Amino acid sequence: MSCTTIQVADLRFTYPGAHDSVLDGLSVSIGEGERVALLGPNGSGKTTFVLHLNGLLSLQSGTIRIGDLDMTDANLPEIRRRVGAVFQDADDQLFMQSVRDDVSFGPANLGVPRGDLDGVVERALDQVGAMPLIDRTPHHLSGGEKRRVAIATVLAMEPHALVLDEPTSGLDPVGRRELAELLAGLPQTQLVVTHDLPFALQTCPRSMIVSGGKVVADGPTREVLADAELLAANRLELPYGFDVSAL
Amino acid sequence: MAGGLDGRGVGHLVIHGHSPVHRLAPETKVVSTFAFVICVALTPREQMWAFGVHAAVALSIVALAGLPARVVLARLAVIIPFLTFAALVPFVAGGEEIEVLGIGLSRDGLWGAWNVAAKASIGATASIILSATTSVPEILRALTRLRVPKVLVSIMAFMMRYLDLLVDQLGRMRTSMTARCHDPRWLWQAKPIASSAGALFVRSYERGERVHQAMLSRGFTGTMPDLEEQATPGGDWARAALPPVVALAVLLAAVML
Repeated sequence: MSCTTIQVADLRFTYPGAHDSVLDGLSVSIGEGERVALLGPNGSGKTTFVLHLNGLLSLQSGTIRIGDLDMTDANLPEIRRRVGAVFQDADDQLFMQSVRDDVSFGPANLGVPRGDLDGVVERALDQVGAMPLIDRTPHHLSGGEKRRVAIATVLAMEPHALVLDEPTSGLDPVGRRELAELLAGLPQTQLVVTHDLPFALQTCPRSMIVSGGKVVADGPTREVLADAELLAANRLELPYGFDVSAL
Repeated sequence: MAGGLDGRGVGHLVIHGHSPVHRLAPETKVVSTFAFVICVALTPREQMWAFGVHAAVALSIVALAGLPARVVLARLAVIIPFLTFAALVPFVAGGEEIEVLGIGLSRDGLWGAWNVAAKASIGATASIILSATTSVPEILRALTRLRVPKVLVSIMAFMMRYLDLLVDQLGRMRTSMTARCHDPRWLWQAKPIASSAGALFVRSYERGERVHQAMLSRGFTGTMPDLEEQATPGGDWARAALPPVVALAVLLAAVML
């Protein structure tokens, strides 16, 4: 099995004190180099799933394999290196005083020697086209700039897979298009968690719909989005005037 | 916000420039400012001339750094509450009384007021010089190099990083209150303010959790990584030592005389 596969089987999770389970038998399999959209309405368990892929919520039931590694405490550091999580609010992800320090944070934790850090940071920022921002303060960046730097912070750890939680939230149309182009140009396996259906169509050949904590549909994005009944049954909707068949 | 921040956050305290003061290594400036303020604070209040010298040193550094006098004066406004308090002391302190413009004032109180006013304004000027010529990340890095415990520096760094965000959030909450015709003027109208402070606390707490998760997912294990270690140029220590050395000489002279 290749290193970049994400294999999740029968994942179940209930938040402490909550009555209903958020994840209820979720199973997902993503092959190397695939770009997959995970679609679902608010509250369908998407973010909970993202936190699982990085070992930020501990397994209650089910299995997660990242490449050849099972999700165990001993494997956590390597799994977190392999799976780069880009969170919904970039202000949560950019917590240092400068873009340079922020992008250095991951590789420094991985033990990259200080002398090599600059090169790693510059390569990562270059990949997302954010080199000019290197000495800026994260707080003063625009939404699109923050998103790109947030992606650079995980690229600097040379991950095998990227998991992006609602990457288009708060972006203007230009920022959104630039992000789509950026993702299309990255070689990593990508799981894009979103309810922005046109963005899913633009970036991901394959889509899954999550509802009630499990996968209820899995197929080529174009086919999934053309099924109006399926979308309606899962509180998903294409924007007004958007016609998949016309594309 | 008071103190010339104009509500634009701590990131705007720095006045960019290329003066010799700006160029000094930040850790030398931090130590120098600290030492200078200590010397000023220890100077006996009766030696008025000593405060003249201290003030002259501070003002000449302001000039050397090319800081606009207007900005420095505006930022000095932060000490107004202390000065107000100091101004009350001569009226309430006991002891020997002297008559000024027909009002009986306590001699001790007058000395006390002078003491607070002189030390606060010179000390504040010194910190204004530091904050105007050194950016927040530089000061934090300086503290790390000065072997301040990493946990403390991290706490300060996070506070600085999220303070602006918090102030923005508070501003948005106030805007939304104003938009719904809330116009607090009296104490009994404070309830919405109090509850928004509560909401802000909860939001900050939740953000803290999310930031921690983001850190964990990038391999954080409990200690912040060392991101750089540059040697401090020796010449910078010598140059930065000048103001506190003068202040120390003045202090010693003032104590002996």
